[in-house]
Amino acid sequence: MIEANAIPAFVNRGSFIELNGRERAQALFDRGSWRELVGPFDGVESPWLPMQGVAPQFDDGCIVIKGKISGKPAVAISLEGAFQGGSIGEVSGAKMVAALDLATIDSRDGSPTAAILLLETGGVRLQEANLGLAAIAEVIASILELRQYAPVIIVIAGTVGCFGGMALAAGVSSYIVMTREARLGLNGPEVIEQESGKDEFDASDRALIWSIHGGEQRVGMGLADDLVEDSVDGIGSAVQHFVTAGKPAQHRSEQVGLYRRRIATLDASSQIDPLALREQWKSLNSKGRTR
Amino acid sequence: MEESQLERENAMSERIGLRGKAWFQALTGQNEARKGDPASVLTADAMIGDERALFLCVIPNPGGRFPCARDGQVGLEEGYTLAHRVREALNADKDKPKSQKRAIIAIIDVKSQAYGRREETAGLFLAAAASSDAYASARMAGHPVISFVVGHAFSGGFLTHGYQANRILALDDAGVTIHAMHKEAAARITRRSVEDLERLGQQIPPMSYNVHDYAKLGLLHQLLHVESPLEPNQSDVDKAKRAIIAAIVDARKGPPDLGVRRESRAAQKSRKAGIAARALMEHQWKKV
Repeated sequence: MIEANAIPAFVNRGSFIELNGRERAQALFDRGSWRELVGPFDGVESPWLPMQGVAPQFDDGCIVIKGKISGKPAVAISLEGAFQGGSIGEVSGAKMVAALDLATIDSRDGSPTAAILLLETGGVRLQEANLGLAAIAEVIASILELRQYAPVIIVIAGTVGCFGGMALAAGVSSYIVMTREARLGLNGPEVIEQESGKDEFDASDRALIWSIHGGEQRVGMGLADDLVEDSVDGIGSAVQHFVTAGKPAQHRSEQVGLYRRRIATLDASSQIDPLALREQWKSLNSKGRTR
Repeated sequence: MEESQLERENAMSERIGLRGKAWFQALTGQNEARKGDPASVLTADAMIGDERALFLCVIPNPGGRFPCARDGQVGLEEGYTLAHRVREALNADKDKPKSQKRAIIAIIDVKSQAYGRREETAGLFLAAAASSDAYASARMAGHPVISFVVGHAFSGGFLTHGYQANRILALDDAGVTIHAMHKEAAARITRRSVEDLERLGQQIPPMSYNVHDYAKLGLLHQLLHVESPLEPNQSDVDKAKRAIIAAIVDARKGPPDLGVRRESRAAQKSRKAGIAARALMEHQWKKV
């Protein structure tokens, strides 16, 4: 029999990444405080996938849970990376937008309600193409509404990462929490290789991918706020911290002057060294925050 | 030999963004970027009806600093420049009553976002987000934000430049395409042939590349037929101006959100599942 203390700490830590989308959202809330909305028993699914011979899912890959975090009202919206790559369709998009808008109404009415978006997604679901793209535009609009009243916190734990249009949703949020196993960018490596060639981006070069899109780099250069270990406790306490902190003084996507200057001074004549850029943009404090 | 090839390439990339530039020039009388801005972003304050509005357009820039953003894609410089110019108008009109905040008119002919390594390294997602944020913030502050799609409006390019508008107008023309991804890439990723994709588009409106099918989704304010979409004549320009002015009036009357895209008659039909999901969410929300 193995003694409990013989189990290495990394096994005992309770991995967050190993949880599915629903379990991830549940893990964030105060015990017994939460309830899932428009869940699988309501059977609201994509009307477009069956028309194309693709099996739909009763939650359309989007889990919405409302409850309390550190005693404060909050809603978590979690994309299930294992269903259609976490892609945004008409229904999953509408669920996100509705939850964000309802949080805005409550916040305006005096009950600030934070939103936590757990994003594992490649962006638009191509089988629903234009309705997916339209939904992402609405998600961005609704995040921008809510963040005036309550924090909108993005968690990218891994391992799908956050790409495509949903990277803009992350961009307009109040805070971004990432693990080392998480990635964030507009275009994934395969898409760039496909569109611009292997010389531009070798999608099989794992070191290159992580040096550009990885959580350590994104937090290091100030494009995300907190780098945490892959554990339920680690991610849970980062979320609690930002729920309690409220909204930031300035949002990153409002810092247009700062980033415009940064882009103006980049040497674009050859590829940019990620580490050198991280040094150059390094944050003003130890946590990697520019604001 | 080399020179003629370069000329050919330049001529080709000119054609891609030609519509945007032609309409920008027709509506504003100007065709050059402002001092300090990249040549790919045209912005101007110009009269429409009896009010002054801000017009913005992204065009190809063969001599641009970023190789993957030279053919009319929206890249780092484009995102932050659009954001900067929109925010400039937002700040200038900050203390004006809503009825006097200037209209912001995005003329759209964008290929896509820039697919480059430099862009990813420097965080293109934030540049795109900053521009989206600026347009949406202007809309929420009471500026009528009108998008006028005169050519292509693709994926991240459209999210960055135009999709946050109160009202979207599009030319009724075969050269106008609004979509999440260009045909070849969408076919590759969904493992279909381009022909299959086109056939599916006829049955499934959100997948279609035809602007008439896009109109069925209820996201458009108006489709506008003109005689010469590539090189607008005077009557085309007059017609477009009248439509833009009407859209400005309509936007000022409505709420500053995107609700109109769900409430339109076409959306009630084509977005039934999403609308039902929203209604159910509203119903269950209060019970927690």
